[in-house]
Amino acid sequence: MRRALRHPSFAIGLALSLLVLFAAALSFVWTPHDPYEIDMALKLKPPDARYWLGTDAFGRDVASLLLVGARASIAVGVIAVGIGLVIGTALGLLASAKRGWVEEAIMRLSDFGFAFPAILSAIMLTAVFGPGMVNAIIAIGIYNIPTFARITRASANAVWAREFVLAARACGKGGFAITMEHVLPNILSVLIVQATIRFAIAILAEAALSYLGLGTQPPQPSWGRMLSEAQTLLFQAPLLGVFPGVAIAIAVLGLNLLGDGLRDLFDPRLARKR
Amino acid sequence: MSLFLAKRLITLIATLAGTSLVVFLVLEVLPGNAAQVLMGPDASPDAVAALAQKLGLDRPAIERYWEWLRGMLHGDLGLSYAYSTPVGELVLERLSLTVPLALMAMSFTTVLAFAAGLYAAARHNKPGDAGIMALTQIGIAIPNFWFAILLILLFSVHLGWFSAGGFPGWEEGIVEGLRALLLPALSLAVVQSAILARIMRSSVLEVLREDFVRTARAKGVSQRRALWGHVLRNALIPVITVMGLQFSELLAGTIVVESVFYLPGLGRLIFQSIANRDLIVVRNCVMLLAAMVVLVNFVVDVLYAVIDPRVKAADL
Repeated sequence: MRRALRHPSFAIGLALSLLVLFAAALSFVWTPHDPYEIDMALKLKPPDARYWLGTDAFGRDVASLLLVGARASIAVGVIAVGIGLVIGTALGLLASAKRGWVEEAIMRLSDFGFAFPAILSAIMLTAVFGPGMVNAIIAIGIYNIPTFARITRASANAVWAREFVLAARACGKGGFAITMEHVLPNILSVLIVQATIRFAIAILAEAALSYLGLGTQPPQPSWGRMLSEAQTLLFQAPLLGVFPGVAIAIAVLGLNLLGDGLRDLFDPRLARKR
Repeated sequence: MSLFLAKRLITLIATLAGTSLVVFLVLEVLPGNAAQVLMGPDASPDAVAALAQKLGLDRPAIERYWEWLRGMLHGDLGLSYAYSTPVGELVLERLSLTVPLALMAMSFTTVLAFAAGLYAAARHNKPGDAGIMALTQIGIAIPNFWFAILLILLFSVHLGWFSAGGFPGWEEGIVEGLRALLLPALSLAVVQSAILARIMRSSVLEVLREDFVRTARAKGVSQRRALWGHVLRNALIPVITVMGLQFSELLAGTIVVESVFYLPGLGRLIFQSIANRDLIVVRNCVMLLAAMVVLVNFVVDVLYAVIDPRVKAADL
């Protein structure tokens, strides 16, 4: 752990990620003001001692909205990456264990999945079901599946070629047992690193979808939507267009650095090479 | 080569067919009656039935799917429910903005990424390298639409050099048109180039360690000439692959950034059509975008095999 904390990427990434997590957790028990309370008399106040980051067009406290907005980003990120991780890893492990036409079919299917970036799936789902957070989660989740499937297959194939797997086979272990006991534990570090990085991408995607009105819906605060609301007021209250973006950038930067740090720590040879 | 190409072509056609099927199922079959969607939940059943018949929606789905496929191959995408104009015309008109925007963004990305990546690699482990790498980390973390808002804040609100959005149309002259696309393209490029610059740097560093570079240097070739003459060409292979992969990000980004700058491109057409419940336009636009992603991936696959014959051998 001490070695980990001395790694600059890991340490900074961990600190920033914990900061965002803490903001989301804190918002459940405390916010400086009620983030849902509309008071037109207080609208567009600049930052001061009472309203640290000022108020928005409806007189809501921006600092409180940012704290609560962290929840939407984290919720969408966790569920969307979870969908991709569970389904994608299962498919990748299956492809690697079965080989032959199963592998070919799964890989072609995952190529096919790349044809639908999250925004296209979200557009289709919104056109049919109307906008909502669930659509955003499904859209981002679907786009994560092929990524995890490919990475899992590539890493699992490497493990399947190792001697200890051969030994396990010689002992009479079946494909499922080998996958669960030997393959999965050996590719866990790769999956953890990838999940961290995909989490960052999911936060960016959620923000973009909410900005377009395809994600989190009012009155639930979200960083992306705060930016789209701020954009109409750039001339009156330019700072409103700055704070939510900083929040998104901190979350994404933190997770990316954490992912880079974890990769170096799991595989020190790679770190020396870079 | 021809066997490799044939295999890839079959995969391409299968992927395109699968894509069209998914798009059709989600946007035509899933909502039930498109006429109901178009008229809203409060419309009377008679009116819905009449519209469904007028639009040909009462025919079996398989028949409509086949007709759509045939239409696409002949360049006939049907009529927009909301505008009553051919969808093909609507899309073409919007593409005259989206395609130049994407191309401009891609060129900026390439220039920025190559410059930053080469600079960082040439100054490996020096302060210049560390500075560029820190900047790219921040670049990757910034959402492109937020960077667009920041550009508007600086260049439109504070300096007043550019308008905060809108597009004058190409009739006003190419310079005016390109001027309106400058900030949108820049906001897309900065984020994309941050990713590409990192790939460029690590790829150049990788090639610099190769034996043939050491041999060239030992023969007295200067560092600069080795970099331009030997390293760059070999380092480009992974860079081109990533550029192809970035294309889908770029398209998605274009849709978002068009919204930020109120540009009448394909992205805006899609959102207007969602608001108008004009599913036939949404269907064709989504298909077009997905097809572009699939086609670019195909071209990258083939290009990759042309540049590096080992890929082809491994795939056969």
